[in-house]
Amino acid sequence: MSGNEIVTDVVVIGAGPCGLFAVFELGLLDLKCHVIDILDRPGGQCAELYPEKPIYDIPGFPVITGQGLTDNLLAQIAPFSPEFHYSRMVNGLERLEDGSFRLETDAGEVFLAKVVVIAAGGGSFQPKRPPVADIEAYEGKSVFYSVRKMDDFRDQDIVIVGGGDSALDWTLNLQPIARSLTLVHRRDAFRAAPDSVNKMKALVADGKISLLIGQIAGLEGPDGNLERIHFATDAGDVSVPATRLMPFFGLTMKLGPVADWGLELNDNLIVVDTEKFETSVPGIFAIGDINTYPGKLKLILSGFHEAALMAQRAKKIISPDERVIFQYTTSSTKLQKKLGVA
Amino acid sequence: MKILVTDQMGAEHELEGLEGWRVMEVIRDWGLNIKAECGGACSCATCHVFVAEEWLDRLSPRTDEEEDMLDTVPDVRETSRLSCQILMSEAIDGLAVTLAPSAARDDTAA
Ligand SMILES: Cc1cc2nc3c(=O)[nH]c(=O)nc-3n(C[C@H](O)[C@H](O)[C@H](O)COP(=O)(O)OP(=O)(O)OC[C@H]3O[C@@H](n4cnc5c(N)ncnc54)[C@H](O)[C@@H]3O)c2cc1C
Ligand code: FES
Repeated sequence: MSGNEIVTDVVVIGAGPCGLFAVFELGLLDLKCHVIDILDRPGGQCAELYPEKPIYDIPGFPVITGQGLTDNLLAQIAPFSPEFHYSRMVNGLERLEDGSFRLETDAGEVFLAKVVVIAAGGGSFQPKRPPVADIEAYEGKSVFYSVRKMDDFRDQDIVIVGGGDSALDWTLNLQPIARSLTLVHRRDAFRAAPDSVNKMKALVADGKISLLIGQIAGLEGPDGNLERIHFATDAGDVSVPATRLMPFFGLTMKLGPVADWGLELNDNLIVVDTEKFETSVPGIFAIGDINTYPGKLKLILSGFHEAALMAQRAKKIISPDERVIFQYTTSSTKLQKKLGVA
Repeated sequence: MKILVTDQMGAEHELEGLEGWRVMEVIRDWGLNIKAECGGACSCATCHVFVAEEWLDRLSPRTDEEEDMLDTVPDVRETSRLSCQILMSEAIDGLAVTLAPSAARDDTAA
């Protein structure tokens, strides 16, 4: 691990709208950010839960979609070249003796930062787990919620459960290397891209994969090694030999590791002051949906305001001797240079 | 007007609600164990309830959007509905629902 640390001014945990805007405010103050998110793309709730739905209360935008806002924020922060690290969860956060911080991700990377901004929203997005007895014992061995290595699926009897794009995409991708593949869904209608649905139906017609309409009822196999899966169907219990199971029921937010970082919490939210949005640990800030203070409103615009004030304090921590003067982006050529427009 | 809610632990609650509120909002307002992560936008399915059989026909049927979202709950039944898609009204005064395990906040239930 030594020598592989990523050293930076600021690590932002969460690439939701508030984490993204934090990069802008910090960038105006010359602070360099690395942004980490468990999702495979930016936008947080806006991108994951409602990309196509309209938002009507972003100041200056009578209407904008969740994805539209995300795209605009990315364009706005591009001049500051933030580095994004997706599909990674920040597991560990500890304060070092010199007051800086060490963060560790579930992919094993280590970040060293002078300031940490937690913009973790409603928590990290994690796959919904089917309510099947003992499924935890199989996870990571024969039950997977994503594909990290294709080879883990080669020559296996694979069962994929779900009716959306992930279920269909992985059905099509894994079919060529699987020994057998069964797609299971609760109804004979799929909300995935029509093209994928057609391709899947052609594979069923050719006898290359099986399609089962039903719901998962039980797992069988010793020591986390799956051998057979039971399904409840209209025709009663049906069981399928299986060595791999991939459930795709979408994502849900779980507070996750944030709870273990020794920060003062109130009802699973991080307590901050309203001057600098700093947590109970100096140098760790919390902005957006994850924080709480008297009068807090879980709105995007609140998070934007919090980001601006947080950045002022972060700058003082990182460059205590530098005098920061208040400037407008409209009139300051210095700021405009940073934005690449002057 | 009232709704009758059985929570994931089997306890029954009679909740007072207002015309036009979503059933999800009433349940959440009374502090029962419902996640309702998307706040009623039919985008998360964490407001999943089972409706008592005798009430099923009195509700407006599932929309396509609700049906699609129900694909993301692993414990669907014939009686499954997303409670944010049911509006309180005189016609359903006394509605009885049971909170689904998949509606629980974080891992408080299976
Ligand atoms: C359907 C819907 C409609 C909404 N409409 C509006 C509206 O009209 N107006 C409005 O102002 N707000 C609206 N909101 C609320 C708004 O989306 C949130 O306030 C906003 O997304 C909060 O942004 P955030 O950056 O704080 O967190 P989020 O958007 O929740 O992003 C947090 C990110 O952090 C990541 N994360 C958390 N923990 C970790 C970890 N340990 N490691 C790695 N990554 C982690 C998560 O995966 C997530 O991507 C709506 C929300 C929903 C669901
Ligand atoms: S609250 Fe999200 S779908 Fe009902």
